Amino acid sequence: MQDPSTGPLATQATSSFTEHLQRSRPELLPFNQSLPAGVVPPSPHATTIVALTYAGGVLMAGDRRATMGNIIASRHIEKVFPADEYSVLGIAGTAGLAIDITRLFQVELEHYEKIEGTLLSLVGKANRLGAMIRGNLPMAMQGMAVIPLFAGFDHGSGVGRLFSYDVTGGRYEEQEHHSVGSGSVFARGALKKLWKPNLSEENAVAVAVEALYDAADDDSATGGPDPVRQLWPVVYTVDRSGNRRVPERDLAAIAAAIVESRAAAGREA
Amino acid sequence: MTQQFYVSPEQLMKDRADFARKGIARGRSVVVISCADGIALIAENPSPSLHKIGEIYDKIAFAAVGKYNEFESLRQAGVRYADVRGYSYDREDVTARGLASVYAQSLGAVFTAEQKPFEVELAVAEVGFSQEQDHLYRLTFDGSIADENGFVVMGGLADQISDVVSGAWEPELTLAGAMQLALHALATNKEVDELPATAVEAAVLYRASESNRGSRRAFRRLLPEDMTLLLTEES
Repeated sequence: MQDPSTGPLATQATSSFTEHLQRSRPELLPFNQSLPAGVVPPSPHATTIVALTYAGGVLMAGDRRATMGNIIASRHIEKVFPADEYSVLGIAGTAGLAIDITRLFQVELEHYEKIEGTLLSLVGKANRLGAMIRGNLPMAMQGMAVIPLFAGFDHGSGVGRLFSYDVTGGRYEEQEHHSVGSGSVFARGALKKLWKPNLSEENAVAVAVEALYDAADDDSATGGPDPVRQLWPVVYTVDRSGNRRVPERDLAAIAAAIVESRAAAGREA
Repeated sequence: MTQQFYVSPEQLMKDRADFARKGIARGRSVVVISCADGIALIAENPSPSLHKIGEIYDKIAFAAVGKYNEFESLRQAGVRYADVRGYSYDREDVTARGLASVYAQSLGAVFTAEQKPFEVELAVAEVGFSQEQDHLYRLTFDGSIADENGFVVMGGLADQISDVVSGAWEPELTLAGAMQLALHALATNKEVDELPATAVEAAVLYRASESNRGSRRAFRRLLPEDMTLLLTEES
């Protein structure tokens, strides 16, 4: 704790948790390290995330697989997280760093809310995430990139909005839908055919799960629905009332319906 | 050259303590009550934006009386302490006891070493799964710390208000009951029997917020209309 008796407090005051860590505990930041030359040993990578807008909100879904080269590192990993009450983020790339950046981002938003007594605007949140990804650029140059996807409900305009990022921290607002990670090309192809304006929330969840199914079909690093282990994608919806995780039993039913309809069609692709 | 007069340490400490006590007694009071539904925090505060009550962490809240700039800097330092601790260890590892002892050290250091002591009194409240696991700590300007049972009253006419609360407090109180008791107690020495909801700042730490409210953050600020609704539903 900073001692309130030392020094002019006003100059130390910041509403940003990251800034506070940078000053007082820089070793805790996930990206504040200079690595020696050399090759980083294989580490788990998180894969495909899809996000799409629907009538009155936005949703994000991620598969459950992490890979390390040709090995499945985890079948249970969760890659979509609530950032705060009205936003969610999904991550692709080096899992270890990505999960820590997510944690830092969650604390950053909550910290601002507690210090200032008000929520950051949606674009403000998106910009903070961009700054963190830029902070990770030295690590990305060592091959440990983290690429997030950010979505939230904008109370000003009353719609759900989507933001994608590049490895340098560039922030781009996306329309309709977007996807990141190794299976994203296949998921995006599926989304182009499945997404329609003004989807209901229920249909939007089905579209997201089907897009991930198509990604898993063609990308070995993306996991499909797993009825043996009862593993389904992680899906969060965000609307005016906040974010909500779609329950497992709904996802099980949706995944079963997709598998059944594909089997009934009996086609190769 | 001016000669410095000798002042005994006893006198010095007494003067400082009297100074701080006077500053705190000038302000309005804050009441923190543990009840069956959680912990209710109520402050007599006509300003809707300059808060005396704040959220520190998932289950921990802060209430203060005295000088705004002093307790606000302590509140922010507490939020930083809790967030750094929760980020570097785990959310479970942030406890009111840890926070209160850091506050006690800061207040104690300022009381002995600085020009003037902080004119504040703080309460740190942590809601538990059951009422026996609730923690209420009272911290005074000199860094002394007390573990209170059931309720804390600070600032203004603290003794008189405390008498009213202790007369009616019982562990089975509902949230609305606790609010009612606080509104009644805060009206001590006033012409009304009970303060209106607009004259106070109120917040609550809900018990078992994960299962009851779907959020690990137990703290919620109650607006005057929420208060009115809560109290009319009860009656």
